[in-house]
Amino acid sequence: MTNLTLSRLSVTLRRREVFRDVSLSIGGGEFVGLIGPNGSGKTTLMRAALGVLPHDGTSSLARLSPSRRARTVAWMPQAREIAWPVSVEDVVMLGRLPHLGTGQRPSANDRAHVDKALSRMELDDMRHRAATRLSGGEQARVLIARALAQDTPILMADEPVAGLDPAHQISTIRSFGKLAESGKCVLVSLHDLGLAARHCTRILMMGDGGIVADGPPRDVLTPDRLAHVFGITAWYRDTDQGPVCQPLEVIR
Amino acid sequence: MKRLAVALTLAVIALFMASLLVGPAGVGLSESLSALFRGDGGPLTLVMREIRLPRALLAVMIGASLGLAGAAMQGYLRNPLAEPGLIGVSGSAAFGAVLAIHTGLSAAFALGLPLMALAGALLGVLLVMLLAGPGGTSLTLILAGIAVSSLAGSLTSLVLNLSPNPFAANEIVFWMMGSLADRSMAHVWLALPLMLVGWGLLALLGRGLDALTLGEDAAEAMGVGLRGLRLKLVIGTACVVGAGTAVAGAIGFVGLVVPHILRPLVGARPSRLLWASTLGGAAMVLAADIAVRVVLPARDLKLGVLTALVGAPLFLHLILKQRRERI
Repeated sequence: MTNLTLSRLSVTLRRREVFRDVSLSIGGGEFVGLIGPNGSGKTTLMRAALGVLPHDGTSSLARLSPSRRARTVAWMPQAREIAWPVSVEDVVMLGRLPHLGTGQRPSANDRAHVDKALSRMELDDMRHRAATRLSGGEQARVLIARALAQDTPILMADEPVAGLDPAHQISTIRSFGKLAESGKCVLVSLHDLGLAARHCTRILMMGDGGIVADGPPRDVLTPDRLAHVFGITAWYRDTDQGPVCQPLEVIR
Repeated sequence: MKRLAVALTLAVIALFMASLLVGPAGVGLSESLSALFRGDGGPLTLVMREIRLPRALLAVMIGASLGLAGAAMQGYLRNPLAEPGLIGVSGSAAFGAVLAIHTGLSAAFALGLPLMALAGALLGVLLVMLLAGPGGTSLTLILAGIAVSSLAGSLTSLVLNLSPNPFAANEIVFWMMGSLADRSMAHVWLALPLMLVGWGLLALLGRGLDALTLGEDAAEAMGVGLRGLRLKLVIGTACVVGAGTAVAGAIGFVGLVVPHILRPLVGARPSRLLWASTLGGAAMVLAADIAVRVVLPARDLKLGVLTALVGAPLFLHLILKQRRERI
Protein backbone atom coordinates (compact mmCIF):
# COMPACT_ATOMS: atom_id res chain seq x y z
CA MET A 1 0.00 0.00 0.00
CA THR A 2 1.20 3.53 -0.70
CA ASN A 3 2.23 5.57 2.31
CA LEU A 4 2.28 9.31 2.80
CA THR A 5 5.73 10.20 4.11
CA LEU A 6 6.89 13.69 5.02
CA SER A 7 10.40 14.34 6.14
CA ARG A 8 11.55 17.63 7.62
CA LEU A 9 8.88 19.48 5.70
CA SER A 10 9.01 23.25 6.28
CA VAL A 11 7.02 26.06 4.72
CA THR A 12 7.74 29.78 4.80
CA LEU A 13 5.17 32.04 3.21
CA ARG A 14 5.90 35.75 2.78
CA ARG A 15 8.87 35.46 5.14
CA ARG A 16 6.62 34.06 7.89
CA GLU A 17 7.50 30.55 8.91
CA VAL A 18 4.26 28.57 9.03
CA PHE A 19 5.81 25.35 10.35
CA ARG A 20 9.18 23.67 10.26
CA ASP A 21 10.65 20.17 10.29
CA VAL A 22 7.45 18.17 10.15
CA SER A 23 8.28 14.49 9.73
CA LEU A 24 5.65 11.81 9.76
CA SER A 25 4.42 8.77 7.93
CA ILE A 26 0.84 7.66 7.41
CA GLY A 27 0.20 4.14 6.23
CA GLY A 28 -2.74 2.35 4.67
CA GLY A 29 -5.62 1.67 7.04
CA GLU A 30 -5.00 4.76 9.14
CA PHE A 31 -7.68 7.43 9.56
CA VAL A 32 -5.75 10.48 10.68
CA GLY A 33 -7.42 13.63 11.99
CA LEU A 34 -5.43 16.84 11.66
CA ILE A 35 -6.46 19.30 14.37
CA GLY A 36 -5.18 22.69 15.45
CA PRO A 37 -6.39 26.26 15.98
CA ASN A 38 -7.08 28.59 13.07
CA GLY A 39 -3.83 29.68 11.45
CA SER A 40 -1.80 26.80 12.87
CA GLY A 41 -1.00 25.62 9.34
CA LYS A 42 -3.29 22.63 8.73
CA THR A 43 -4.20 23.64 5.18
CA THR A 44 -0.64 24.71 4.43
CA LEU A 45 0.70 21.36 5.65
CA MET A 46 -1.66 19.43 3.39
CA ARG A 47 -1.00 21.63 0.36
CA ALA A 48 2.76 21.41 0.88
CA ALA A 49 2.48 17.62 1.23
CA LEU A 50 0.70 17.62 -2.15
CA GLY A 51 3.49 19.70 -3.62
CA VAL A 52 1.33 22.62 -4.74
CA LEU A 53 3.16 25.00 -2.36
CA PRO A 54 6.87 25.82 -2.34
CA HIS A 55 8.47 23.97 0.58
CA ASP A 56 11.70 22.67 2.06
CA GLY A 57 12.18 19.03 2.99
CA THR A 58 10.51 16.20 1.15
CA SER A 59 7.04 14.77 0.69
CA SER A 60 6.48 11.43 -0.98
CA LEU A 61 3.59 12.94 -2.97
CA ALA A 62 5.37 16.08 -4.13
CA ARG A 63 8.04 13.92 -5.76
CA LEU A 64 5.55 12.23 -8.08
CA SER A 65 4.75 13.55 -11.54
CA PRO A 66 1.45 15.51 -11.61
CA SER A 67 -0.44 12.75 -13.43
CA ARG A 68 0.97 10.02 -11.21
CA ARG A 69 0.16 12.08 -8.12
CA ALA A 70 -3.42 12.52 -9.34
CA ARG A 71 -3.80 8.74 -9.38
CA THR A 72 -2.20 8.44 -5.92
CA VAL A 73 -3.96 11.10 -3.89
CA ALA A 74 -7.39 12.71 -4.03
CA TRP A 75 -7.48 16.23 -2.59
CA MET A 76 -10.56 18.06 -1.38
CA PRO A 77 -9.80 21.76 -0.84
CA GLN A 78 -11.64 23.68 1.83
CA ALA A 79 -13.19 26.12 -0.67
CA ARG A 80 -16.18 24.34 -2.13
CA GLU A 81 -16.09 25.64 -5.61
CA ILE A 82 -18.38 24.50 -8.41
CA ALA A 83 -18.11 27.18 -11.08
CA TRP A 84 -20.75 26.07 -13.59
CA PRO A 85 -24.23 24.54 -13.26
CA VAL A 86 -23.00 21.09 -14.32
CA SER A 87 -24.93 18.01 -13.21
CA VAL A 88 -23.97 16.20 -10.01
CA GLU A 89 -23.01 13.17 -12.08
CA ASP A 90 -20.67 15.26 -14.25
CA VAL A 91 -18.97 16.76 -11.18
CA VAL A 92 -18.35 13.32 -9.72
CA MET A 93 -17.11 12.09 -13.12
CA LEU A 94 -14.41 14.80 -12.95
CA GLY A 95 -12.80 12.56 -10.32
CA ARG A 96 -12.14 10.07 -13.10
CA LEU A 97 -10.16 12.62 -15.18
CA PRO A 98 -6.75 11.45 -13.90
CA HIS A 99 -7.57 7.92 -15.10
CA LEU A 100 -8.58 8.99 -18.59
CA GLY A 101 -6.20 9.70 -21.43
CA THR A 102 -6.60 12.85 -23.51
CA GLY A 103 -9.84 12.63 -25.45
CA GLN A 104 -10.71 9.23 -23.96
CA ARG A 105 -14.35 8.69 -23.06
CA PRO A 106 -15.36 7.30 -19.64
CA SER A 107 -15.57 3.50 -19.69
CA ALA A 108 -18.05 1.23 -17.90
CA ASN A 109 -15.47 0.95 -15.12
CA ASP A 110 -15.38 4.74 -14.72
CA ARG A 111 -19.18 4.83 -14.58
CA ALA A 112 -19.18 2.10 -11.96
CA HIS A 113 -16.81 4.15 -9.78
CA VAL A 114 -19.06 7.19 -10.18
CA ASP A 115 -22.18 5.17 -9.30
CA LYS A 116 -20.49 3.75 -6.22
CA ALA A 117 -19.35 7.19 -5.04
CA LEU A 118 -22.83 8.64 -5.63
CA SER A 119 -24.60 5.95 -3.64
CA ARG A 120 -21.98 6.10 -0.89
CA MET A 121 -22.75 9.80 -0.41
CA GLU A 122 -26.53 9.21 -0.80
CA LEU A 123 -26.71 11.30 -3.97
CA ASP A 124 -28.47 8.82 -6.25
CA ASP A 125 -31.68 10.80 -6.59
CA MET A 126 -29.89 14.10 -7.28
CA ARG A 127 -27.48 12.83 -9.91
CA HIS A 128 -29.08 14.78 -12.76
CA ARG A 129 -29.59 18.04 -10.86
CA ALA A 130 -27.30 21.04 -11.41
CA ALA A 131 -24.70 20.95 -8.64
CA THR A 132 -24.81 24.73 -8.17
CA ARG A 133 -28.52 24.62 -7.24
CA LEU A 134 -27.95 22.29 -4.28
CA SER A 135 -27.57 23.45 -0.69
CA GLY A 136 -24.10 23.98 0.78
CA GLY A 137 -24.18 20.67 2.63
CA GLU A 138 -25.35 18.78 -0.45
CA GLN A 139 -22.57 20.40 -2.49
CA ALA A 140 -20.05 19.26 0.12
CA ARG A 141 -21.28 15.69 -0.30
CA VAL A 142 -21.03 15.99 -4.09
CA LEU A 143 -17.40 17.11 -3.77
CA ILE A 144 -16.62 14.25 -1.37
CA ALA A 145 -18.16 11.86 -3.89
CA ARG A 146 -15.92 13.43 -6.54
CA ALA A 147 -12.85 12.70 -4.39
CA LEU A 148 -14.07 9.13 -3.76
CA ALA A 149 -14.55 8.54 -7.49
CA GLN A 150 -10.88 9.37 -8.02
CA ASP A 151 -10.25 6.00 -6.32
CA THR A 152 -6.77 6.73 -4.98
CA PRO A 153 -4.85 4.94 -2.22
CA ILE A 154 -4.49 8.25 -0.34
CA LEU A 155 -7.30 10.70 0.43
CA MET A 156 -6.74 14.17 1.86
CA ALA A 157 -9.61 16.49 2.75
CA ASP A 158 -9.57 19.98 4.26
CA GLU A 159 -12.47 20.36 6.69
CA PRO A 160 -14.81 18.12 4.72
CA VAL A 161 -17.59 18.14 7.33
CA ALA A 162 -17.76 21.89 8.04
CA GLY A 163 -21.28 23.09 7.35
CA LEU A 164 -22.92 19.67 7.31
CA ASP A 165 -25.84 18.73 9.57
CA PRO A 166 -25.01 16.31 12.43
CA ALA A 167 -26.31 13.23 10.64
CA HIS A 168 -24.27 13.96 7.53
CA GLN A 169 -21.22 14.92 9.61
CA ILE A 170 -21.30 11.50 11.25
CA SER A 171 -22.07 9.56 8.07
CA THR A 172 -19.36 11.44 6.14
CA ILE A 173 -16.74 10.80 8.81
CA ARG A 174 -17.86 7.17 8.93
CA SER A 175 -17.41 6.79 5.20
CA PHE A 176 -13.88 8.18 5.50
CA GLY A 177 -13.37 5.66 8.33
CA LYS A 178 -14.62 2.82 6.15
CA LEU A 179 -12.25 3.87 3.36
CA ALA A 180 -9.38 3.66 5.85
CA GLU A 181 -10.60 0.25 7.02
CA SER A 182 -10.53 -0.90 3.41
CA GLY A 183 -6.80 -0.12 3.38
CA LYS A 184 -6.64 3.47 2.19
CA CYS A 185 -4.64 6.17 3.89
CA VAL A 186 -6.92 9.02 4.98
CA LEU A 187 -5.86 12.45 6.26
CA VAL A 188 -8.64 14.86 7.23
CA SER A 189 -8.43 18.24 8.94
CA LEU A 190 -11.18 18.84 11.48
CA HIS A 191 -12.32 21.43 13.97
CA ASP A 192 -14.74 19.11 15.76
CA LEU A 193 -12.71 17.50 18.54
CA GLY A 194 -15.62 15.22 19.40
CA LEU A 195 -15.74 13.72 15.91
CA ALA A 196 -11.96 13.43 15.84
CA ALA A 197 -11.83 11.64 19.20
CA ARG A 198 -14.60 9.28 18.29
CA HIS A 199 -13.73 8.26 14.74
CA CYS A 200 -10.06 8.85 13.97
CA THR A 201 -7.50 6.13 14.62
CA ARG A 202 -4.76 8.72 15.04
CA ILE A 203 -4.63 12.45 15.66
CA LEU A 204 -2.04 15.00 14.62
CA MET A 205 -2.22 18.20 16.65
CA MET A 206 -0.66 21.31 15.11
CA GLY A 207 0.55 24.36 17.01
CA ASP A 208 3.72 26.28 17.84
CA GLY A 209 4.90 26.02 14.22
CA GLY A 210 4.86 22.26 13.97
CA ILE A 211 3.25 19.05 15.12
CA VAL A 212 2.91 19.11 18.93
CA ALA A 213 1.37 15.68 19.36
CA ASP A 214 0.86 12.58 17.26
CA GLY A 215 -0.88 9.42 18.43
CA PRO A 216 -4.20 7.81 19.32
CA PRO A 217 -6.94 10.29 20.37
CA ARG A 218 -6.74 9.41 24.07
CA ASP A 219 -2.99 10.21 24.18
CA VAL A 220 -3.23 13.43 22.16
CA LEU A 221 -6.33 15.09 23.59
CA THR A 222 -4.95 15.61 27.09
CA PRO A 223 -6.11 18.55 29.24
CA ASP A 224 -2.61 20.07 29.24
CA ARG A 225 -2.29 20.07 25.46
CA LEU A 226 -5.83 21.32 24.88
CA ALA A 227 -5.13 24.15 27.31
CA HIS A 228 -1.78 24.99 25.77
CA VAL A 229 -2.65 24.68 22.07
CA PHE A 230 -6.35 25.60 21.93
CA GLY A 231 -6.71 27.52 25.21
CA ILE A 232 -9.74 25.49 26.25
CA THR A 233 -10.80 22.97 28.84
CA ALA A 234 -12.53 19.81 27.70
CA TRP A 235 -14.23 16.77 29.12
CA TYR A 236 -12.73 13.52 27.80
CA ARG A 237 -13.93 10.04 28.79
CA ASP A 238 -13.77 6.57 27.33
CA THR A 239 -17.44 5.66 27.78
CA ASP A 240 -19.14 2.37 27.00
CA GLN A 241 -20.31 4.07 23.77
CA GLY A 242 -16.81 5.01 22.71
CA PRO A 243 -14.60 8.01 23.51
CA VAL A 244 -16.32 11.37 24.10
CA CYS A 245 -14.54 14.71 23.93
CA GLN A 246 -16.58 17.81 24.67
CA PRO A 247 -14.90 21.25 24.76
CA LEU A 248 -16.08 23.25 27.79
CA GLU A 249 -14.57 26.67 28.53
CA VAL A 250 -12.06 29.16 27.14
CA ILE A 251 -9.23 29.68 29.60
CA ARG A 252 -7.35 32.63 28.15
CA MET B 1 -25.40 16.55 -27.60
CA LYS B 2 -25.08 15.04 -31.06
CA ARG B 3 -28.27 16.78 -32.11
CA LEU B 4 -26.81 20.15 -31.12
CA ALA B 5 -23.61 19.45 -33.08
CA VAL B 6 -25.60 18.50 -36.18
CA ALA B 7 -27.94 21.51 -35.86
CA LEU B 8 -25.06 23.97 -35.44
CA THR B 9 -23.09 22.45 -38.33
CA LEU B 10 -26.13 22.61 -40.62
CA ALA B 11 -26.73 26.22 -39.58
CA VAL B 12 -23.13 27.15 -40.41
CA ILE B 13 -23.32 25.44 -43.83
CA ALA B 14 -26.67 27.05 -44.67
CA LEU B 15 -25.52 30.50 -43.59
CA PHE B 16 -22.25 30.08 -45.52
CA MET B 17 -24.21 29.34 -48.70
CA ALA B 18 -26.52 32.26 -48.00
CA SER B 19 -23.52 34.53 -47.50
CA LEU B 20 -22.19 33.50 -50.92
CA LEU B 21 -25.52 34.34 -52.53
CA VAL B 22 -26.32 37.69 -50.93
CA GLY B 23 -24.99 40.78 -52.64
CA PRO B 24 -25.80 43.75 -54.79
CA ALA B 25 -25.51 41.66 -57.96
CA GLY B 26 -28.63 39.53 -57.72
CA VAL B 27 -27.59 36.22 -59.22
CA GLY B 28 -29.35 32.86 -59.07
CA LEU B 29 -28.21 29.95 -56.92
CA SER B 30 -27.03 27.53 -59.61
CA GLU B 31 -25.54 30.29 -61.70
CA SER B 32 -23.38 31.69 -58.92
CA LEU B 33 -22.26 28.28 -57.67
CA SER B 34 -21.18 27.18 -61.13
CA ALA B 35 -19.33 30.46 -61.51
CA LEU B 36 -17.59 29.82 -58.21
CA PHE B 37 -16.56 26.22 -58.90
CA ARG B 38 -16.12 25.98 -62.64
CA GLY B 39 -14.81 29.47 -63.26
CA ASP B 40 -15.32 30.69 -66.78
CA GLY B 41 -13.14 33.72 -66.17
CA GLY B 42 -16.13 36.03 -66.52
CA PRO B 43 -17.10 38.86 -64.16
CA LEU B 44 -19.37 36.58 -62.10
CA THR B 45 -16.48 34.24 -61.30
CA LEU B 46 -14.50 37.26 -60.21
CA VAL B 47 -17.32 38.44 -57.95
CA MET B 48 -17.75 35.00 -56.42
CA ARG B 49 -14.07 34.17 -55.97
CA GLU B 50 -12.59 37.55 -55.10
CA ILE B 51 -15.41 39.27 -53.20
CA ARG B 52 -17.99 36.90 -51.78
CA LEU B 53 -15.89 33.82 -51.03
CA PRO B 54 -13.26 35.62 -48.93
CA ARG B 55 -16.03 37.47 -47.12
CA ALA B 56 -17.88 34.27 -46.23
CA LEU B 57 -14.65 32.46 -45.31
CA LEU B 58 -13.53 35.30 -43.06
CA ALA B 59 -16.94 35.37 -41.37
CA VAL B 60 -16.61 31.65 -40.53
CA MET B 61 -13.00 31.98 -39.40
CA ILE B 62 -13.51 35.06 -37.26
CA GLY B 63 -16.80 33.84 -35.80
CA ALA B 64 -15.32 30.47 -34.90
CA SER B 65 -12.28 32.18 -33.39
CA LEU B 66 -14.31 34.55 -31.24
CA GLY B 67 -16.68 31.83 -30.08
CA LEU B 68 -13.87 29.41 -29.22
CA ALA B 69 -11.70 32.01 -27.51
CA GLY B 70 -14.71 33.33 -25.57
CA ALA B 71 -15.64 29.86 -24.31
CA ALA B 72 -12.02 29.16 -23.35
CA MET B 73 -11.63 32.50 -21.57
CA GLN B 74 -14.88 32.07 -19.63
CA GLY B 75 -13.89 28.53 -18.71
CA TYR B 76 -10.45 29.54 -17.49
CA LEU B 77 -11.63 32.55 -15.49
CA ARG B 78 -14.78 30.70 -14.37
CA ASN B 79 -16.72 33.81 -15.14
CA PRO B 80 -19.55 34.12 -17.68
CA LEU B 81 -18.69 37.80 -18.23
CA ALA B 82 -15.21 37.12 -19.59
CA GLU B 83 -14.55 37.66 -23.28
CA PRO B 84 -11.55 37.23 -25.58
CA GLY B 85 -10.78 40.97 -25.63
CA LEU B 86 -10.08 40.80 -21.90
CA ILE B 87 -6.37 40.08 -22.30
CA GLY B 88 -5.87 43.27 -24.30
CA VAL B 89 -5.02 41.64 -27.65
CA SER B 90 -7.88 43.15 -29.64
CA GLY B 91 -7.14 46.59 -28.18
CA SER B 92 -3.47 46.45 -29.04
CA ALA B 93 -4.18 45.01 -32.51
CA ALA B 94 -6.57 47.90 -33.12
CA PHE B 95 -3.87 50.34 -32.02
CA GLY B 96 -1.44 48.85 -34.54
CA ALA B 97 -4.03 49.15 -37.29
CA VAL B 98 -4.88 52.72 -36.38
CA LEU B 99 -1.20 53.60 -36.46
CA ALA B 100 -0.99 52.09 -39.94
CA ILE B 101 -3.87 54.26 -41.12
CA HIS B 102 -2.43 57.35 -39.48
CA THR B 103 1.04 56.95 -40.97
CA GLY B 104 -0.32 56.18 -44.42
CA LEU B 105 1.16 52.68 -44.39
CA SER B 106 -2.25 51.18 -45.07
CA ALA B 107 -2.60 53.29 -48.20
CA ALA B 108 0.95 52.48 -49.33
CA PHE B 109 0.41 48.73 -49.58
CA ALA B 110 -2.58 46.49 -49.14
CA LEU B 111 -1.46 44.32 -46.24
CA GLY B 112 0.20 47.17 -44.34
CA LEU B 113 -2.76 47.54 -42.00
CA PRO B 114 -3.25 43.89 -41.03
CA LEU B 115 0.49 43.40 -40.60
CA MET B 116 0.76 46.42 -38.31
CA ALA B 117 -2.28 45.14 -36.39
CA LEU B 118 -0.57 41.76 -35.91
CA ALA B 119 2.55 43.53 -34.66
CA GLY B 120 0.36 45.42 -32.19
CA ALA B 121 -1.29 42.19 -31.04
CA LEU B 122 2.11 40.54 -30.55
CA LEU B 123 3.35 43.51 -28.52
CA GLY B 124 0.17 43.45 -26.46
CA VAL B 125 0.35 39.76 -25.63
CA LEU B 126 4.04 40.00 -24.73
CA LEU B 127 3.25 42.86 -22.39
CA VAL B 128 0.38 40.91 -20.79
CA MET B 129 2.57 37.85 -20.22
CA LEU B 130 5.34 40.02 -18.80
CA LEU B 131 2.92 41.74 -16.41
CA ALA B 132 1.06 38.60 -15.37
CA GLY B 133 4.24 36.55 -14.85
CA PRO B 134 4.66 32.84 -15.47
CA GLY B 135 2.76 31.63 -12.38
CA GLY B 136 0.15 33.66 -10.62
CA THR B 137 -3.59 33.32 -10.47
CA SER B 138 -6.29 34.13 -12.99
CA LEU B 139 -6.74 37.47 -11.24
CA THR B 140 -3.26 38.69 -12.21
CA LEU B 141 -4.05 37.81 -15.83
CA ILE B 142 -7.25 39.89 -15.74
CA LEU B 143 -5.45 42.85 -14.17
CA ALA B 144 -2.62 42.67 -16.71
CA GLY B 145 -5.20 42.45 -19.52
CA ILE B 146 -7.07 45.50 -18.23
CA ALA B 147 -3.81 47.45 -17.96
CA VAL B 148 -2.78 46.61 -21.55
CA SER B 149 -6.31 47.24 -22.88
CA SER B 150 -6.52 50.67 -21.37
CA LEU B 151 -2.99 51.54 -22.47
CA ALA B 152 -3.80 50.51 -26.06
CA GLY B 153 -7.12 52.37 -25.85
CA SER B 154 -5.50 55.58 -24.69
CA LEU B 155 -2.79 55.36 -27.37
CA THR B 156 -5.51 54.86 -29.99
CA SER B 157 -7.26 57.96 -28.66
CA LEU B 158 -3.96 59.83 -28.84
CA VAL B 159 -3.56 58.94 -32.53
CA LEU B 160 -7.14 60.08 -33.18
CA ASN B 161 -6.43 63.26 -31.23
CA LEU B 162 -3.39 64.03 -33.35
CA SER B 163 -4.88 62.98 -36.68
CA PRO B 164 -4.04 65.62 -39.29
CA ASN B 165 -7.50 65.98 -40.81
CA PRO B 166 -11.10 64.87 -40.26
CA PHE B 167 -10.90 62.36 -43.11
CA ALA B 168 -8.09 60.44 -41.45
CA ALA B 169 -9.99 60.44 -38.17
CA ASN B 170 -13.09 59.30 -40.03
CA GLU B 171 -11.27 56.40 -41.63
CA ILE B 172 -9.88 55.31 -38.29
CA VAL B 173 -13.27 55.44 -36.58
CA PHE B 174 -14.94 53.47 -39.37
CA TRP B 175 -12.19 50.86 -39.39
CA MET B 176 -12.53 50.37 -35.64
CA MET B 177 -16.21 49.51 -36.02
CA GLY B 178 -15.24 46.23 -37.67
CA SER B 179 -16.31 45.02 -41.09
CA LEU B 180 -15.83 42.22 -43.61
CA ALA B 181 -16.61 44.31 -46.67
CA ASP B 182 -14.01 44.48 -49.46
CA ARG B 183 -11.68 41.88 -48.00
CA SER B 184 -9.65 39.69 -50.37
CA MET B 185 -8.24 36.19 -50.33
CA ALA B 186 -4.94 37.77 -49.24
CA HIS B 187 -6.64 38.57 -45.93
CA VAL B 188 -7.78 34.96 -45.64
CA TRP B 189 -4.27 33.62 -46.25
CA LEU B 190 -2.81 36.10 -43.79
CA ALA B 191 -5.18 35.17 -40.97
CA LEU B 192 -5.56 31.44 -41.57
CA PRO B 193 -2.14 30.12 -40.43
CA LEU B 194 -2.29 32.05 -37.16
CA MET B 195 -5.86 31.00 -36.56
CA LEU B 196 -5.01 27.34 -37.19
CA VAL B 197 -2.28 27.55 -34.54
CA GLY B 198 -4.67 29.29 -32.14
CA TRP B 199 -7.52 26.83 -32.73
CA GLY B 200 -5.12 23.95 -32.14
CA LEU B 201 -3.93 25.40 -28.83
CA LEU B 202 -7.40 26.30 -27.58
CA ALA B 203 -8.90 22.95 -28.58
CA LEU B 204 -6.42 21.24 -26.23
CA LEU B 205 -7.81 23.03 -23.19
CA GLY B 206 -11.07 21.09 -22.69
CA ARG B 207 -9.85 18.64 -20.07
CA GLY B 208 -8.12 21.30 -17.98
CA LEU B 209 -11.09 23.65 -18.18
CA ASP B 210 -13.41 20.86 -17.00
CA ALA B 211 -11.15 20.25 -13.99
CA LEU B 212 -11.02 23.99 -13.26
CA THR B 213 -14.77 23.85 -12.58
CA LEU B 214 -13.69 22.74 -9.09
CA GLY B 215 -11.19 25.57 -8.61
CA GLU B 216 -7.47 25.99 -9.27
CA ASP B 217 -6.32 23.96 -6.27
CA ALA B 218 -8.49 20.93 -7.05
CA ALA B 219 -7.59 21.10 -10.74
CA GLU B 220 -3.87 21.14 -9.97
CA ALA B 221 -4.26 18.16 -7.65
CA MET B 222 -6.04 16.32 -10.49
CA GLY B 223 -2.90 16.61 -12.57
CA VAL B 224 -3.74 19.74 -14.58
CA GLY B 225 -0.69 21.92 -15.20
CA LEU B 226 -2.07 25.40 -14.63
CA ARG B 227 0.95 27.21 -16.07
CA GLY B 228 0.81 25.31 -19.33
CA LEU B 229 -2.95 25.77 -19.49
CA ARG B 230 -2.67 29.51 -19.08
CA LEU B 231 0.14 29.81 -21.60
CA LYS B 232 -1.88 27.88 -24.20
CA LEU B 233 -4.93 30.02 -23.45
CA VAL B 234 -3.12 33.34 -23.77
CA ILE B 235 -1.13 32.43 -26.89
CA GLY B 236 -4.11 30.70 -28.52
CA THR B 237 -6.41 33.64 -27.85
CA ALA B 238 -3.78 36.09 -29.03
CA CYS B 239 -3.37 34.17 -32.31
CA VAL B 240 -7.06 33.95 -33.16
CA VAL B 241 -8.18 37.34 -31.85
CA GLY B 242 -5.09 39.16 -33.10
CA ALA B 243 -5.51 37.70 -36.59
CA GLY B 244 -9.26 38.37 -36.56
CA THR B 245 -8.90 41.98 -35.46
CA ALA B 246 -6.10 42.51 -37.98
CA VAL B 247 -8.28 41.58 -40.96
CA ALA B 248 -11.72 42.74 -39.80
CA GLY B 249 -11.39 45.25 -36.97
CA ALA B 250 -12.97 44.84 -33.57
CA ILE B 251 -16.12 42.71 -33.59
CA GLY B 252 -17.58 42.75 -30.12
CA PHE B 253 -20.06 40.69 -28.16
CA VAL B 254 -19.68 37.46 -30.17
CA GLY B 255 -17.15 35.98 -27.75
CA LEU B 256 -19.30 37.01 -24.82
CA VAL B 257 -22.81 36.13 -26.00
CA VAL B 258 -22.28 32.89 -27.93
CA PRO B 259 -20.83 30.82 -25.04
CA HIS B 260 -23.52 32.27 -22.80
CA ILE B 261 -26.35 31.19 -25.10
CA LEU B 262 -24.95 27.70 -25.68
CA ARG B 263 -23.89 26.90 -22.11
CA PRO B 264 -27.28 25.49 -20.99
CA LEU B 265 -27.43 23.35 -24.14
CA VAL B 266 -24.19 21.49 -23.37
CA GLY B 267 -24.87 20.82 -19.69
CA ALA B 268 -22.51 23.69 -18.80
CA ARG B 269 -19.45 21.46 -19.39
CA PRO B 270 -16.57 23.78 -20.40
CA SER B 271 -15.02 21.18 -22.73
CA ARG B 272 -18.22 20.70 -24.71
CA LEU B 273 -18.78 24.44 -24.81
CA LEU B 274 -15.51 24.83 -26.74
CA TRP B 275 -16.71 23.12 -29.92
CA ALA B 276 -20.29 24.30 -29.55
CA SER B 277 -19.16 27.94 -29.27
CA THR B 278 -16.83 27.52 -32.24
CA LEU B 279 -19.76 26.53 -34.44
CA GLY B 280 -22.12 29.01 -32.78
CA GLY B 281 -19.70 31.90 -33.25
CA ALA B 282 -19.26 31.08 -36.94
CA ALA B 283 -23.05 30.99 -37.38
CA MET B 284 -23.54 34.28 -35.55
CA VAL B 285 -20.93 36.24 -37.52
CA LEU B 286 -22.16 34.76 -40.83
CA ALA B 287 -25.73 35.76 -39.95
CA ALA B 288 -24.68 39.25 -38.85
CA ASP B 289 -22.62 39.76 -42.00
CA ILE B 290 -25.61 38.73 -44.13
CA ALA B 291 -27.80 41.09 -42.13
CA VAL B 292 -25.57 44.13 -42.73
CA ARG B 293 -25.91 43.51 -46.46
CA VAL B 294 -29.67 42.97 -46.37
CA VAL B 295 -30.84 45.58 -43.83
CA LEU B 296 -29.18 48.70 -45.22
CA PRO B 297 -27.55 47.64 -48.49
CA ALA B 298 -26.77 51.18 -49.57
CA ARG B 299 -25.30 52.47 -46.31
CA ASP B 300 -22.36 50.12 -45.53
CA LEU B 301 -23.60 49.19 -42.07
CA LYS B 302 -20.60 47.99 -40.05
CA LEU B 303 -20.52 44.39 -38.81
CA GLY B 304 -19.18 45.29 -35.36
CA VAL B 305 -22.00 47.79 -34.90
CA LEU B 306 -24.60 45.18 -35.73
CA THR B 307 -23.16 42.45 -33.47
CA ALA B 308 -23.12 44.92 -30.59
CA LEU B 309 -26.65 46.13 -31.40
CA VAL B 310 -28.00 42.58 -31.46
CA GLY B 311 -25.68 41.24 -28.77
CA ALA B 312 -26.38 43.76 -26.03
CA PRO B 313 -30.16 43.22 -25.79
CA LEU B 314 -29.67 39.46 -26.12
CA PHE B 315 -27.23 39.58 -23.26
CA LEU B 316 -29.61 41.67 -21.15
CA HIS B 317 -32.35 39.13 -21.80
CA LEU B 318 -30.08 36.31 -20.63
CA ILE B 319 -29.15 38.21 -17.48
CA LEU B 320 -32.82 38.82 -16.67
CA LYS B 321 -33.63 35.17 -17.27
CA GLN B 322 -30.80 34.08 -15.02
CA ARG B 323 -31.93 36.52 -12.33
CA ARG B 324 -35.43 35.07 -12.39
CA GLU B 325 -34.03 31.56 -12.00
CA ARG B 326 -31.90 32.50 -9.01
CA ILE B 327 -34.85 33.72 -6.95
